[in-house]
Amino acid sequence: MVPALEAKGLHKTFGAVIGAADIHVAVAEGEVLGIIGANGAGKTTFVNMVTGHLKPSRGTIHFLGQDITDLPSRAITQLGICRSFQIPQLFGNLTVLDNLLVAIGVMEASARALWQRFRRPEPLALARETLQRYGLTSYAESKASLLPQGVRKLLDIAMATVRAPRIVLLDEPTSGISTDEKFAIMDTLMTALKAADTTVLFVEHDMEIVERYARRVLAFYDGRVIADGPTAEALASAEVRQYVIGGEVDRRAVTARA
Amino acid sequence: MTLGRNPTVLVLAAAAVGLLGLGLLMPDWLRFLVQISLANSLAVLGVMLQMRAGLVSFGQGLYYCIGGYAAGMSGHLLGVSDAFALLLLGLVASILVAMALGLLMSRYREIFFAMLSLAFSMILYGLLVRAEALGSTDGFNVPPATFLGIAFKGGEHRYATYALTCALAFVVALALNRYLVSTLGYLGDAIRENEIRVEYLGASVRRTLYIKYVIAAGVSGLGGGLVAIAVGHVDPDLAYWTTSGEFVFVALLSGTGNVLAPFVGSLLLEFIRTFAFAYAPYTWQMILGGTMLLLILFLPGGLWSVIGARAERS
Repeated sequence: MVPALEAKGLHKTFGAVIGAADIHVAVAEGEVLGIIGANGAGKTTFVNMVTGHLKPSRGTIHFLGQDITDLPSRAITQLGICRSFQIPQLFGNLTVLDNLLVAIGVMEASARALWQRFRRPEPLALARETLQRYGLTSYAESKASLLPQGVRKLLDIAMATVRAPRIVLLDEPTSGISTDEKFAIMDTLMTALKAADTTVLFVEHDMEIVERYARRVLAFYDGRVIADGPTAEALASAEVRQYVIGGEVDRRAVTARA
Repeated sequence: MTLGRNPTVLVLAAAAVGLLGLGLLMPDWLRFLVQISLANSLAVLGVMLQMRAGLVSFGQGLYYCIGGYAAGMSGHLLGVSDAFALLLLGLVASILVAMALGLLMSRYREIFFAMLSLAFSMILYGLLVRAEALGSTDGFNVPPATFLGIAFKGGEHRYATYALTCALAFVVALALNRYLVSTLGYLGDAIRENEIRVEYLGASVRRTLYIKYVIAAGVSGLGGGLVAIAVGHVDPDLAYWTTSGEFVFVALLSGTGNVLAPFVGSLLLEFIRTFAFAYAPYTWQMILGGTMLLLILFLPGGLWSVIGARAERS
């Protein structure tokens, strides 16, 4: 079976700094993959290469068998790979509803669609349905720049997923969100994505989130993949414990002992 | 487009009918002032369209001048006299030039876009002042236009050109209002806010800005053509940087919230200038500058921000 996403021999350098070194990853359709690693390990570089923001120095990326290595980000999005950002990328002066309507409005690539009325019944219905799915209905008429951080994150993700992508890459979906909110937000998010049978790759520092939601983990260190496997197995690996989890394991061990 | 649900369309229609009617009663000087301000509003609409996408064109005079000269040259050199044909030629010339320059302009943002647009308009100015066949710095006269074969004389001709300006300003404003409520129109606002997100939603920022640039050029060219027909004369000052600067001034004065705003701002500028010049002939520029200063201090969103805020509250 053709993988949903396949990276072969990805290599990326920024001057003397190696951002990615010989990355080989294959992700099956419907998989939920957690990407972990310390700051600067190469997680976001990987996400940026897959979504076309960065071009790899070497290697190839295939989406459902199609080579997307040299495609621009918008073409990759049109194929069905969407992403959210660590810092939510919204249209601050537009309302939450209008943010979603822009995302819906550009879903159809045809020029005719772009000339159609922005606020038409069908896009409005889809936008309202998406707002409801992500629990954002009460914020519909709020300006995006005035939203709380958790809501901004959800809106960013809602915009990335509104065109029902085959693959979605989430860059730290719970960063900046309070401990109380993070599970609720992830539950909302994963339920919505599972309902659409979307393949999910999410970058995360919070190991509780990774353990709870990822079925497979890809661990990065110094631009390399140091572990790739089922979540429990990958998190238990010596290299991951040494280079990625560090204090996190100790803290949980202490909690367990208590 | 439902009139009852769209106050802009209703106001535009009322304004067009009102201006056509009032034109019959106005003294010549006032009608001419309104006519010029309506024609200039079209160039300001071009500036406004680009401002909504975060681009400030300090060279919109380029297309205003191309529209004026293309219409004027068609009359002066080719013997075309029909007003509609003259305007169409001005429009087509502006669009063709914009389609070529837009490929480059859509790559630039912020000060680089502003300076490059200024550079192109000044290049045209430089070429025209050296073109003796086109009257050099004096320009040349445009023969009186006919209207579908009818050659009006005197006051009738003046009213006909006025009515044509009103009608075209209405049609263009209506079309741009429709454009602004389309996905493409909203994409301009989205680009101003966050280009990266627009690309990651699958839309092309450059293509969107290119379309916007060409539309803005066409509209400004039409404004230039109308001025050429109204004044009966064109000269290189149409492309001079002060002309473009005035369009930016009016766009700031009026705000970018609605297609009606440039018409209000342009009319206000013409009145301020006319009366300031009448009562303070040596210091009228200071009055314009002072107006601008007050506006930036107290109404940074332009005049339309007051109307827009009131409409939102109601």
